[in-house]
Amino acid sequence: MNTNTNNDQRLVVEMDQVHKWYGTFHVLKDINLAVQKGERIVVCGPSGSGKSTMIRCINRLEEHQQGRIVVDGTELTNNLKNIAEVRSEVGMVFQHFNLFPHLTVLENCTLGPIWVRKMPKKEAEEIAMDYLSRVKIPEQALKFPGQLSGGQQQRVAIARSLCMAPNVMLFDEPTSALDPEMIKEVLDTMIELAESGMTMICVTHEMGFAKTVADRVIFMDEGEIIEQNEPNAFFDNPQNERTQLFLSQILAH
Amino acid sequence: MSEQSYAPGSHPDLPPPAGQRGAIKWIRENLFSSPTNIVLTLLSIFLVWKIVPPMLDWLVFDSVVDANHRNECREQGTGACWAVIRERFTQLIYGFYPTEHRWRVNLAFVLMLAALLPLLWDKMPGRKTLLWFSAAFPVVGFFLLWGGTVGEIAATIIWIAIFALTFRFFSFAGIGILLAALFVIGALAYFGLPIGINIASWFSDAAVLEPVESAKFGGFMLTVLIGFTGITLSLPLGILLALGRSSNLLIVKAICVGFIEFIRGVPLITLLFIASTLLNYFLPPGTNFDLLLRVMIMVTIFSAAYIAEVVRGGLAALPKGQFEAADATGLTYWESMRLIVLPQALKISIPGIVNTFIGLYKDTTLVLIIGLLDPLGLTQPILADSKWQSLSTELYVFIALFFFISCFAMSRYSLYLERKLDTSHRN
Repeated sequence: MNTNTNNDQRLVVEMDQVHKWYGTFHVLKDINLAVQKGERIVVCGPSGSGKSTMIRCINRLEEHQQGRIVVDGTELTNNLKNIAEVRSEVGMVFQHFNLFPHLTVLENCTLGPIWVRKMPKKEAEEIAMDYLSRVKIPEQALKFPGQLSGGQQQRVAIARSLCMAPNVMLFDEPTSALDPEMIKEVLDTMIELAESGMTMICVTHEMGFAKTVADRVIFMDEGEIIEQNEPNAFFDNPQNERTQLFLSQILAH
Repeated sequence: MSEQSYAPGSHPDLPPPAGQRGAIKWIRENLFSSPTNIVLTLLSIFLVWKIVPPMLDWLVFDSVVDANHRNECREQGTGACWAVIRERFTQLIYGFYPTEHRWRVNLAFVLMLAALLPLLWDKMPGRKTLLWFSAAFPVVGFFLLWGGTVGEIAATIIWIAIFALTFRFFSFAGIGILLAALFVIGALAYFGLPIGINIASWFSDAAVLEPVESAKFGGFMLTVLIGFTGITLSLPLGILLALGRSSNLLIVKAICVGFIEFIRGVPLITLLFIASTLLNYFLPPGTNFDLLLRVMIMVTIFSAAYIAEVVRGGLAALPKGQFEAADATGLTYWESMRLIVLPQALKISIPGIVNTFIGLYKDTTLVLIIGLLDPLGLTQPILADSKWQSLSTELYVFIALFFFISCFAMSRYSLYLERKLDTSHRN
C-alpha cells in the first residue's frame, strides 16, 4: 500500500484526477492538487463552482467516484478505518460553525480528544483551555454556543478543530455567515494560525486574507481548476479570461 | 408624558408609565379589553358559578364515606357514595393478589420509585452507583411479583452474567455487531436451543418466593406494571427502530420500516388478541408463555413503533451540519449518535415521546378486553355485587383521578426536562 516515493513524503493532501458526480451532474472534473506540509492555499471561484465539494472530499464528507485522494499517506477508499484515520488528522471549520449546541464550549473542544484520541479528560481540558486562550476566548469556556456571538462561535470552532492536533485544516467559507464587524476577529485568528505553520486549505472570498497569507491561490469554475498561482501574480496578472472576469466582479467595489 | 429632553446618547432607562404595569394592567388587557372580551369574561364567571359548587357538593360536601352498602349511603347524603371505594380499595389496588403476599407488591413499588429516581434526576448524589440498581430492578421486580425457585433465580443471574461479560469483553466489536449477535442468539433460542432450562435444573427447585399466577394480578398494580414496563422498554426499542429507519443499510432499514408500519397500522386491541390467542402458534412448541408477559411485549412494541416515528422526527429536525461536524471530528457512528445526535434529537422529541407514553399508560385499560382485571375490569365484579349496584360513577371518577394524577405528573416532568435541557438561549 505504501507506494510513496521520498519526493512526496512531504505531501499532506494529494488529489489525483478526481471526478465526482451528483447523479448525472458532473461537479468535480479532473481535479489534481498536491498540498505540501505547511502550505497555505486559498480556493476561490463563483458560487456552484465545486470548491466546497472539493475540500469536503478531502475528509470524505463527500465521496469521490473516480481518481485518487491520499491524505497524509492514507488513501480514501470505502475502508471505514482509513476514513476514521483521515478524519482524525484533518480539522474542518464550517460556514455555519456547526458547534454542538447541547455541550458547553469546553465540552465541544474536549469531545474529539476524549473520544477519538482516548485522552484523559483532565489533559483534554488543559489542551482545550490552551487553544481557547490562543483564539482569545478562554473566559467563555463554560458557556453554551448559543450564548456567543457568531465571531466567537467561529473561533471556538477553530479551537475545537485544533484540539485534535490536525495535520491540515480545511476552512469552508469560514467568514461568509458572519456580520462584517466579526469577520476581522476570525481572519486574525486564521492569520495567526497560518503564521504558526499550519497547513491550510481555505475556501474564501476574503481576497485580503489571500494576499496576506496564501502561498497559492486556486481559481475554480464549473468543477475545474482553471488557474493557480502565487497571490501577487494571481491578482495582478490573471491568465485565464474567466479568472479575469471573476476578479473584476469581486474587486469592483 | 415626560417632556424632559436628553442629549443624544445619554437617555437613561425609564420605568413604564403608571397603568402600564402590574395587576390592573393585566386585568384590563386580558379580561376587559373589548366588548366581546367583557361578555366572554362574564359568561365564564357565570359558568364556573353554575358548575363548580354543585360538583363540589357531590364530590365532597354531600358525599358519604362511612356506609356498608349503597342504601345506607342514600340515607345519609345525596352526594357520592365513596364507601364503595373504601370497602374495595385494596382490591382496586392489588386485584386478586393473595393478601399474605401483598407486601411483595408494596416492596416492588417502592423499589420501582427508587430505581426511577436516579434515571429521572440527573443531579442525584451517587447517581452512577444507583443506576446499577436501576438496571437490576426489572429482574428483582419480576421475582418479587411472580415469585420464583432457587433454580430460576440462579439461572437468571448466570445468564445476565454471561451477557454482561460478553458485552464487557467484546465491546470493541461495536454495538452494531453485538446487537446482531443478540439477534442471532434470539433466533437460535426461537428454533429450540434450550436456553435457561438446563441451568435451572442444576439447582434446587424450592421456592424462594411462592409463585403467584399472573391471572391474580389486577387493579392499579396491573396498570402500573404494564405501563412502567411498556414505557421503559419502548423508549430504547423505539430509538433503535428510528436509527434503523434513518440508516443507510438497506436491509436494516427495510426491516425497521416494515416493523413500524405494520405495528402502527394495526389497532392495539388486535395486537392484544394476538397476544392472548395467536401468539402461541408463533412460539417454539412446548413453551408456555405467561399471558401477562405476552401483553407487556405487545404493549411495548406497539408504543415503540410510535416512539420510533417521534424520534425520527427529532432526527430529521437536526441540521445536517451536526452530523457533518460529528463525522469530521472522527467519531464512529455509535459515538456520534450517542454524544451528538441523540441528545439533541431526543430533546426535540420530548413532547412527542411523553405524549406517546401517556397514551400507552391509558391504553393499558384495554387489557380488560382479553380478561385481565385492570381497574376498569374490576368495576364489573364490584358493580355486580348487590351491595354496590349502580355506583359506577363513583368508581369511574376514582379511576379517572388516579389516571389523571399519573399522567399529569408525566406531563409536568416532561416540561421540567424541556426547560432543563434548553441550551439554545433563543429569545
